Amino acid sequence: MSRRRHSDENDGGQAHKRRRTSEPIEIEDRLESLICRVGEKSTSSLESNLEGLAGVLEADLPNYKNKILRILCSVARLLPEKLTVYTTLVGLLNARNYNFGGEFVEAMIRQLKETLKNNLYNEAVYLIRFLSDLVNCHVIAAPSMVAMFENFISVTQEEDVPQVRSDWFVYVVLSSLPWVGKELYEKKDVEMDRLLSQVEGYLKRRVKTHVPMLQVWTAEKPHPQEEYLDCLWSQIQKLKKDRWQERHILRPYIAFDSVLCEALQHNLPPFTPPGHMPDAQYPMPQVVFRMFDYTDAPEGPVMPGSHSVERFVIEENLHCIIKTHWKERKSCAAQLLSYPGKNKIPLNYHIVEVIFGELFQLPAPPHLDVMYTTLLIELCKLQPGSLPQVLAQATEMMYMRLDTMNTTCIDRLINWFSHHLSNFQFRWSWDDWSDCLSVDLDKPKPKFVKEVLEKSMRLSYHQRMVDIVPPTFSALIPAEPIFIYKYMAESASSLPGYPVSITVGNAIKNRASNEEIMSILKDVPNPNQEDDDDEGETFNPLKIDVFLQTLLHLAAKSFSHSFSALAKFHEILKALTESDEGKLHMLKVVYEAWRNHPQMIAVLVDKMIRTQIVDCAAVANWLFSQDMAHEFTRLFIWEILHSTIRKMNKHVQKIQVELEEAKDKLEKQQHKRLGLVHQQKDSGDEEDMEKNSEDEDGQLEEQIDRLQEKVESAQSEQKNLFLVIFQRFIMLLTEHLVRCETGSVDISTAWYKSCIERLQEIFLMHHVTIHQYMGTLENLLFTAELDPHILAVYQQFCALQL
Amino acid sequence: MSAKLNALNSDSYTDVSQYRDQHFKGNRYDQEKLLKQSNTLYVGNLSFYTTEEQVHELFSKSGDVKRIIIGLDKVKKTACGFCFVEYYMRGDAEHAMRFVNGTRLDDRIIRTDWDAGFKEGRQHGRGKSGGQVRDEYRQDYDPARGGYGKLASQIPAAEQRNTF
Repeated sequence: MSRRRHSDENDGGQAHKRRRTSEPIEIEDRLESLICRVGEKSTSSLESNLEGLAGVLEADLPNYKNKILRILCSVARLLPEKLTVYTTLVGLLNARNYNFGGEFVEAMIRQLKETLKNNLYNEAVYLIRFLSDLVNCHVIAAPSMVAMFENFISVTQEEDVPQVRSDWFVYVVLSSLPWVGKELYEKKDVEMDRLLSQVEGYLKRRVKTHVPMLQVWTAEKPHPQEEYLDCLWSQIQKLKKDRWQERHILRPYIAFDSVLCEALQHNLPPFTPPGHMPDAQYPMPQVVFRMFDYTDAPEGPVMPGSHSVERFVIEENLHCIIKTHWKERKSCAAQLLSYPGKNKIPLNYHIVEVIFGELFQLPAPPHLDVMYTTLLIELCKLQPGSLPQVLAQATEMMYMRLDTMNTTCIDRLINWFSHHLSNFQFRWSWDDWSDCLSVDLDKPKPKFVKEVLEKSMRLSYHQRMVDIVPPTFSALIPAEPIFIYKYMAESASSLPGYPVSITVGNAIKNRASNEEIMSILKDVPNPNQEDDDDEGETFNPLKIDVFLQTLLHLAAKSFSHSFSALAKFHEILKALTESDEGKLHMLKVVYEAWRNHPQMIAVLVDKMIRTQIVDCAAVANWLFSQDMAHEFTRLFIWEILHSTIRKMNKHVQKIQVELEEAKDKLEKQQHKRLGLVHQQKDSGDEEDMEKNSEDEDGQLEEQIDRLQEKVESAQSEQKNLFLVIFQRFIMLLTEHLVRCETGSVDISTAWYKSCIERLQEIFLMHHVTIHQYMGTLENLLFTAELDPHILAVYQQFCALQL
Repeated sequence: MSAKLNALNSDSYTDVSQYRDQHFKGNRYDQEKLLKQSNTLYVGNLSFYTTEEQVHELFSKSGDVKRIIIGLDKVKKTACGFCFVEYYMRGDAEHAMRFVNGTRLDDRIIRTDWDAGFKEGRQHGRGKSGGQVRDEYRQDYDPARGGYGKLASQIPAAEQRNTF
């Protein structure tokens, strides 16, 4: 008791920190805060704030130079949306202290080398952009910047390197030109022209197989989904045509021109791009997401064109703001809405476009899906008079274009829209979408509405769905999520399993033991066997059916009830599903009983995998089975499959981590032993001690061997899972293609589009894992004999890495 | 390489709140430690009618949910407006604090907070009437949480103005 009182007084660990901070740390925190916050809303102008801060920092240089260098290098890397604010600051400091300017440039080059070595290519882009803007601030001499760019572009001449490597170097140069193009052209136009024509040549010969896999819409209209380098090139071309006049970027250094042009400039040291290393992970190519143009914002400022450099800069900055503030949705929303220069652009449209661009990005959004939902809600709260309307307009637009939207992106749209609606009492003008009622239910529009209502129901309840849509939509309302117990149906008494279902049901209710229940189940006839040979537990589908249906029926009340049931009767269930057929049949029974409640099916399958009643391959085989063909395009099928693959992946990773930890432990132990032996060379205990530690080592080595085996077996299971999935896809797609060919029918049905995009989705969502097994996949499955339509998907996937 | 900046690392949505479970078995230090490592969230301001399924759907958006325990009235054994959500990974719980806390479930703004971990018995309301303490003293009428607060509903309407 008394101990508790003492710790209460201490109030956790915080008190110590507050009392004993030494002066230097306080000042460093202050410096950090001052630098990070410059440029934010203030009563004084940005220029006077920068002037003031430059003065403060100059005064602190003698004592805190290294700290200031570090902070400035960090903000260059981590706050790219405030690039020009900080380059101006560095410019002012350089004007006051030439040596500091030189040291900063050196520190930046060191940081650049580090980021490249650590595969932090996105951050490296920001650093290079920062350096290039320092040319505008008279910190770096233009010719030396041009020289660095020339070295970057020369990477396009390298042979036998992945395309994504040279792509990156081209990107980094082109994406800096909006900031520094004018200055570089003024000083070195001949060199720049030569540079750009080299880029043009590279872009022409570049391979773009990857593009179809990354496009959100397959249609070219209304907005082509352009490959990112092609789009950027068009933007730079246009900028060049406009004689590098760029009016959007906020350039505080212009106000200080008279001071800055007096400063002495530094030359960048010659910078050779690091050579290609086999473990380098260059950024994947992208497709530019566009959904709005100048016709969409009804009043107010006009949206810059798709090939204007302003569009590029705005989108870059908005992406950077989200990257910086995603963890704090209120700040993120506020920062987005206070974008400098917002009065000259239809900011709400840009924000909505950038957010959806990220949400729909392939292979995966940069941040968690749900972040975007809550960010949009915060934005609606801050701009209740304008943002909701833009969002509604965007939703309407996306609904209209569902026919050509990528299936994976449609899924994300379904999840976003239903979650969003659940925060706004499901209010929506459903009547506007009544066109979806006049086409087949398997077409994209009615399918979308159906899935939205299903997801919405999960967040509310069935009657709510009936209430919120017009009566004409009744065909799209999901089924009531109730259990279907076959042994209580109309003519259930004539079913072969009926009598035992009653007995076993009562047994469960009366808390019979597992043995008792097993003996009851022995009475279930086996439709698979002709004679009465009870040779142990051969696969008896009826037994599984009777037991599982009855058990799940009794536990149907809630997820928790069902989970308890699975746990309580785990032994029986495992016995029943020892064979692969047993596992498959179990899944079939779960589906039959709960087919009106896909959410329940998903959580039950999850539990059954985690408790090893079924395995991942069984789930994959079940989903692709003929019995499930009619559900194949429903969202819940793919949620289950991807969740299953993720569980498999996590399982492998977990054992790998255990193995690494055991190896580390052994190494440490061996080092320690060597150390001790050195210390106590003359001790008589030496022999005993050595024997003890040898035993310990032996135990660990055994453990490592066991873990190694476990890892290998898990990886084998993982590889097998992917093989099963890909094989099934190939079978299904080939069947369809052959059938269409012989019948001279167009292959492009809604089903085909959905199926081929699901195949793409497997590659995209699990590309890191699949990469390990590329050799096997290529040798066994994705061979040249494969139908070109299917092989194309594999080739697109490979193109992402090249 | 330059270090991370404290000023830029704000993640306030995942901070521990001021609330501490007074029935926690252990000292303050233990409680703080458990809260900082916890994978479990307390979820409050639920409607009495909110189901485990609804909670599961919403909270699965931030990661795989290990289990949900619906809070029950100690007397009636019916849902009394709170629950615990336990994740397999703490990172997923943190995402829930950032993106689910303060949004709506069943039309109500719900609140999430770190919990030191579920223990048998903690699924019961601690109010005198069996529900949550907050529902004992509540003055407003909330149809999704049994109407008036327990104390308020015991005092006849005419006298309510004269109390306090």
